[in-house]
Parts: sequence; structure tokens; C-alpha cells
Amino acid sequence: MYKGVMRPGHVQIRVMDMAAAVSYYRDLLGLIETHRDSSGRVYLKGWTESDKFSVVLRETDRPGLDFCGFKVFNNEALESLEAALKAFGCKVEDIPAGELDDCGRRVRFDSPTGHVFELYAEKTRTGKWGISTVNPEAWPRNLTGMKATRFDHCLLYGADLDGTLELFTKILGFSLSEQVIDENNLRIAQFLTCSMKEHDIAFIRNAEDGMLHHVAFELDTWEEVLRAADLISMEDVPLDMGPTRHGLTHGQTVYSFDPSGNRTEVFCGGDYFYPDHEPVTWTADKLGKAIYYHSRELNDRFLSALT
Amino acid sequence: MQNFEHLVTDVTSQESFCCLDGETLLNASVRSGKNIIPVGCRNGGCGMCKIEIVGGDYRTGKMSRAHVTEQEEGQGIVLACRTMPGSSLEIRSKGTSPGFN
Repeated sequence: MYKGVMRPGHVQIRVMDMAAAVSYYRDLLGLIETHRDSSGRVYLKGWTESDKFSVVLRETDRPGLDFCGFKVFNNEALESLEAALKAFGCKVEDIPAGELDDCGRRVRFDSPTGHVFELYAEKTRTGKWGISTVNPEAWPRNLTGMKATRFDHCLLYGADLDGTLELFTKILGFSLSEQVIDENNLRIAQFLTCSMKEHDIAFIRNAEDGMLHHVAFELDTWEEVLRAADLISMEDVPLDMGPTRHGLTHGQTVYSFDPSGNRTEVFCGGDYFYPDHEPVTWTADKLGKAIYYHSRELNDRFLSALT
Repeated sequence: MQNFEHLVTDVTSQESFCCLDGETLLNASVRSGKNIIPVGCRNGGCGMCKIEIVGGDYRTGKMSRAHVTEQEEGQGIVLACRTMPGSSLEIRSKGTSPGFN
């Protein structure tokens, strides 16, 4: 049931070399650099996003995900969700407005899979980049690289999938849209949505908590996915898988690694979700097809390279 | 500039491959087709290509501290995707030594 969580709003990604990371996210993926803060963090967004930023890069000595934030409907929803998170037993931290420039107060909390999430209601709205809000053109002319349209979702690895499912469905109002079940009826993957998208966040069962599998960005068409793969080759960036289609969600996709080894996906398409839908189930004996719809062969690197 | 080649030998399997000056050990291993070193993100982040340098000179780029601590780095533990040879090298890889981690 809807609790006021609208959509994925931002991710803060750890990188080991800021100049190389900016070149990858801005020049190759085609995100728009919108800000740099006094601590050296770089803020970016996909050109269609209405708020000022959705990706924050922070330089440090180990890559991975600092946190993933969701935007909620308003401050009343934020307060009621904050109380519910505390009652659920999450470790909740109040991050004051301005800790990220142009972002309001954030409610930070941990998940049973060992990840850090945030909720916030306010962020400076700058509108879609490069086009007007009145009589807008179809797209801005001066986009670069893959021309990623928006930050879309994260896939995260951790142990307690059941606890995290309960947190996201009961407290945050997400729905289970898709899952992978093994031969012992254990859920080894769960795709969750707070919208009409097939996934806004997803989790894979893994012994080590708090790990990032990938951050995903949306493209318009399969043609753009193919073109993204061409750019990955032209720039000699490590390709992970694709271009192909996933069985899970049926999205069309290609994966590569950023210069610090964080995996990113650019994808298009995929199924849709309404709250009356039953979850789609894949069985683990068809995991090859669930991930690589065409080759149907599992690849150890895609399953186990994490940051 | 001349492109020096260095011989890299895996002490467990006794398999060798050639690595160019300025080329990473992981790239050279992949190029050799011998699959001595597991391949992950190729960018110093995931730790899948973690190896031990048993002997020889080398230099490294930035490697995730989650996978190679300062102490380990001092003991010759590196990520092959961020390591370039300065001489012939002897290595130990979990690709051929499953116990090594």
C-alpha cells in the first residue's frame, strides 16, 4: 500500500579517482554535471530528471555504494515514515538539510541486508535539462555519450532478503514485482517497485552484506543500448555483459564497469507493474535464461564481481 | 619507445605468459588465453583478480582498500588489473591455487 515513497531519487557512489569517474559518468554515460560541493563531491543527473541531481560521486580509497535515497511525497509522509522505520527497528539517523547541497532533510536508515538508504521530501527543482517546461522540445541537442535519461534503480547484494522484503513492503509501501526461487523454495532474488516500473530496487541473496551489484540508468530505445555498447568498445571500457535482453523484467541492457570497478547498467524497456499484479516468478534452474535471455549461460563474473 | 616484454610465471601451475611494459598483468593473462587469473571489474574494485607477487619488480595503480589492505600491499598482495611488471615476475593466483585468498 502506498506510503508516500515516490521514486528512486539519488545514489552516492564511492570512486577512487574523481577525474576518471567524472569522465565516465558525464562524458561516456552522458549524465549532466550540475554541481560540485565544498567537500569535492560531484553531482550529476540524467537530462530528463526534474530535480537538480540524482548521482553524487565521492572520492575515497574503496569503491561501492554509500547510500541510495528515495524521494517521498511531502514532509508529512517523511515524518510518518521516519516513525515507522524506528518502530520497525531500523537504525535511523537524521541528516540535516544542506549536508548534500540543494537537498532537504534526509532520514537515513539501514536495511537487514546491510545497506544504507535515505528518504527525503525536498530537493531543488531545476526541471529537465536543456529544454523548457513550456512548449518543450523533444530533447536537448547537446547531449553527450550514451545520453542516459535518468538514474533508474540499484541492484544490491546481502544476506537477509526476507527482512529487507518486509521493510520495503510493510514500512515503505513497495510491492514485490518479480522473484527468483531456488529448488528449496528459498527466494534468492527479489525485485521491488514503488511505481509502475518493474523495479525501483532489487536484491540478490549473498553471504556478504552491504554490497553493490550495479547502478542502472535508462535509455530510450534498443538502438540506444546498441550504440551504448559501441561506445563502451570505442572507449575501451570493461564490458560486463550484453547487449542483450534479461528474462527478469525483459529489459534490454548492457553492463560495464566504471573506472573504480563499480558496475553500471544502461537499459531500456521492460515490463510494467500495477498494484494488483501477482509477482512474476523465475525458478533457479532457469537462472541462465532469467539473466541472459538469449545465451542462457551463466557468467561467474556477472554474478560475483561486486563493490 | 621499445616495448619490453616480461615473463610472468604462476608458481602453482608453472604456466607462463608474456606481459608488455605498461600492460596490466590481468590484460596479459587474458591475452594469453591461459585463464590463470580470474577476471572481474578490471578496474581495481571487485578483488576477483587478487594475486600474490612472489618475486620480481612491479608497480601498481589504485586498488580498493576493501580488498588489498596497506599491510597486504606491503606483502606483495595486489590486484592484477592494477599491476604492471618492471621485471619478470613470479605470482600466485587463486585461479590456480584455490586455497589462496
